[in-house]
Amino acid sequence: MKEFDIISSRAHRVDTPDKATGQAVYTDDISRPGMLYGALLQSPHPHAKIISIDTSEARKLPGVKSVITSKEAGTIKYGVSPARYDENVFAVDKVRYIGDEIAAVAAVSLEIALKAVELIQVEYELLPAVFTVEDAMKEGAPQLHKDFSGNLCAEVHQEFGDVDAALKESDIIKTSTMKSKRQDGAFIEMQVCIAEFDNRGVLTLVTSTQVPHYVQRTVAMVLGMDVGKVRVKKPYVGAGFGIKAAANPMELACCILARETNKPVKMNFTREQVFMYARARHQFNHTITTGAKKDGTLMAIKHECVLDGGAYTSFGIATVYYTGSLLGGPYKIANMSYDGYRVYNNKPACGAQRGHGAVIARALFEQQVDMIAEEIGMDPMELRIKNMMEAGDTTCNDLNMSSFGMSECIEAVRTGSDWDQKKGNMEPGKGIGMACGFFVSGAGYPIYRSDTYHGTVIVKLTEDGGTALVYTASAEIGQGSDTAFAMIAAEALGIPLENIRLASGDTDMGVDLGAYSSRQTLMTGHATKEAADHAKAQVLEVLADQLNVPVEEMDIKKGFIEFAGDTPDFTALRTRYIKEHRGWTDNPDSEKLTFTEASRIAFLEKGSIVGTGKYKPHDLGGKFKGAAVGTSPAYGCSAQVAEVTVDMETGQVTIDNITDAHDCGKAINMTSVEGQMEGSISMGIGEAMHEEVIFNDKGQVLNNDLAEYKIVTSMDMPQVKAVVVESDEPNGPYGAKEVGEGAIMPTIPAILNAVYNATGVRLNELPLTPERVYHAIQDYKNRVKK
Amino acid sequence: MKKIINLTINDQSHEIAVEPNITLADLIRYQLGLTGTKKGCDTGDCGACTVVLDGEVVNSCLVLAVQANGSVIETIEGLATDEGLHPLQEAFVEKGAIQCGFCSPGVILSAKNLLDKNPSPSEQEIREGISGNLCRCTGYKKIFDAIESQSS
Repeated sequence: MKEFDIISSRAHRVDTPDKATGQAVYTDDISRPGMLYGALLQSPHPHAKIISIDTSEARKLPGVKSVITSKEAGTIKYGVSPARYDENVFAVDKVRYIGDEIAAVAAVSLEIALKAVELIQVEYELLPAVFTVEDAMKEGAPQLHKDFSGNLCAEVHQEFGDVDAALKESDIIKTSTMKSKRQDGAFIEMQVCIAEFDNRGVLTLVTSTQVPHYVQRTVAMVLGMDVGKVRVKKPYVGAGFGIKAAANPMELACCILARETNKPVKMNFTREQVFMYARARHQFNHTITTGAKKDGTLMAIKHECVLDGGAYTSFGIATVYYTGSLLGGPYKIANMSYDGYRVYNNKPACGAQRGHGAVIARALFEQQVDMIAEEIGMDPMELRIKNMMEAGDTTCNDLNMSSFGMSECIEAVRTGSDWDQKKGNMEPGKGIGMACGFFVSGAGYPIYRSDTYHGTVIVKLTEDGGTALVYTASAEIGQGSDTAFAMIAAEALGIPLENIRLASGDTDMGVDLGAYSSRQTLMTGHATKEAADHAKAQVLEVLADQLNVPVEEMDIKKGFIEFAGDTPDFTALRTRYIKEHRGWTDNPDSEKLTFTEASRIAFLEKGSIVGTGKYKPHDLGGKFKGAAVGTSPAYGCSAQVAEVTVDMETGQVTIDNITDAHDCGKAINMTSVEGQMEGSISMGIGEAMHEEVIFNDKGQVLNNDLAEYKIVTSMDMPQVKAVVVESDEPNGPYGAKEVGEGAIMPTIPAILNAVYNATGVRLNELPLTPERVYHAIQDYKNRVKK
Repeated sequence: MKKIINLTINDQSHEIAVEPNITLADLIRYQLGLTGTKKGCDTGDCGACTVVLDGEVVNSCLVLAVQANGSVIETIEGLATDEGLHPLQEAFVEKGAIQCGFCSPGVILSAKNLLDKNPSPSEQEIREGISGNLCRCTGYKKIFDAIESQSS
């Protein structure tokens, strides 16, 4: 493998010194002169017609500067996918969930804005509401959206190969179900934004988002503005996990309030509103049938899933497709069918969250793989390796695995967990289980149908040489993307990392689709490398001309110019550089010509040296309906082993440790890769063990705080061994691909398989509360007695 | 009706007029501009607003500013010196214990308070020491590593 100077190291992240000292600026840390505070009026009813809205009392309150409803906001619909724009900034005719936005106020203080919200009089005509997929799909159920009868938001029907025939040929057939619970993203920074117009009519929206580009387009569309007159900037963001991957109604309301008042306006979600807005992982109800031969060959998957979608579509069309498409691997399975349904009801809308659409399907299917292995008496790892895809293979639904270290990941966790010694030899009450999973390394297509570049990057050398400025519109949300791109730029230019300054998260810096679908390392990384290569080539061309050395015989390494042949006499260039810096005491005296000198000379010859880079994937996927969802230029993959202890008397499950191996292609930053793996595992553990958004019978979230919605704390996190497995991804910059989401895929099934190993019981519902596990154990004991 | 209170924050004394209902977190962030103290819930659940008050870690969103009258407070801005980052802050950078960074000021203050009182904490004591600080990004492992590296 190629030797790198910076890539693959454990370089310190560029943003963490500021984050460690409290200097890093997040949106709520910003204050603008004359800034107003906004507040939203949200529906207290899950389903109601709006008969009238009277804002007169609110407007009279001293300190109130603007009160807006759909009258001011207009009725342009928006959403995530243009194929399904079903939201208005403010309810036009009716409200569809507790929290649906009706109006907003801007005032000189938040207290006054909140008081004014209380003074808005809304007359409702209550409508019957539905809160479960079962009730929503019943004949005669109340309808949320008139164009979608039966509350069916979307349905997908796909078949690859011949599933019925393959099941007939199968010796073993397993059918089982899995029901998960709605998640919350539970990022620690709540959504917040500040909107401001300048006197030339340019709108700047500073917001806690993963996707400045999509927010920019949505704001421009809803406010009827040119895209060029809307600038969206994200400062540091306190994570998103998918929930901040689309424009939210508060951002739009904030922009409209800024327009109405001609003042900067700040708006914050409270934690309660974060839960109310939701847009996190759906509740999934899966039924899967898997067929296999006696020798362990996997033959077919028949998959049905009903998604509890909530009141609007949000990411739901993509979700319902992902749910099916990402079962196509990592095993060679020629026959697969999928029937997916996403159902509307009067709860907050669900959207995308880490492992979009695919996590629970994987949780069920990987258990069936274990069931088959048990029945034929084969080690679960052996059965997986026997069926495993290899680099270059394509799934039955046309996903191409251009690199695929899945078998290496299995071997890594086999060794790392001491699997061969432990499997079958666990003490009573203890269990060990494993699972595999994979995920896209960037969505193959943008959310809106377009030939757009997915990322553009500019690398500009400072006129005095030495420092390279990297400008990208990509979104650092905590995952470490700024550091990854700084490292890629430094590697490509051949200069130390300290000599890179990077600015990101601003739509003025170019196009970047943002931080979702684990896309930035590969896609923005490509554009960064191309921009840096372009800048470097311009410097070397000037040098070639000045020194009369062929350009292909020169390179830049560690900040110095390297010559393939003899080093030419560069005295004239050095003298020229030093003359430019009379009086300076730190002029170069190295034996080698420095990059600083070279880029100064290049500037003197050509003006600003600016390199540009861009990326979009090649055409990907098949031609069938929905073929775009699940396509990616590359796929990351993971294997995990979980060890658990189950108290058979109380049903309490304790996770003792997890061993994880992930193929991320070439690791750009080793430490950051491990960080994504460990973070993914903690989110997977939360979902497996205790996370659940609970509603009352009126569609109101009961546990809308971080005390009752239980994410993993420092007391819950087991020992984790993270093993980075590197492969060389041909479609990735320096061979890199994703780690942010693939690493969550095996966590839940590995835990479930370990619980089965400990108890003999298969759980078909999450989370694994002691009560649920206890009852499952008792039911099992009663069945065995009979 | 505003009330005058006296506070020492990061070795600097302040005499401030505050509304009786303003929390210490809001005072620190919005009135004094020390925005390193974060707010992730305003209900005392997440620990992002952790500060050290008279030697004890508190959720500053649960303390009224008037209640803190006369106290000595340390916020995240008080750790670094002219020499640079505090060794514990260095350790968080070195070990990759920070991702989005929103919980980091609170975690670091809890960890510093733990180490001040117990210079050689066990792994269990480290876990307990930061159990009031939620982190959704890191899975805590590298946070444990960073704190462990500063244990004597």
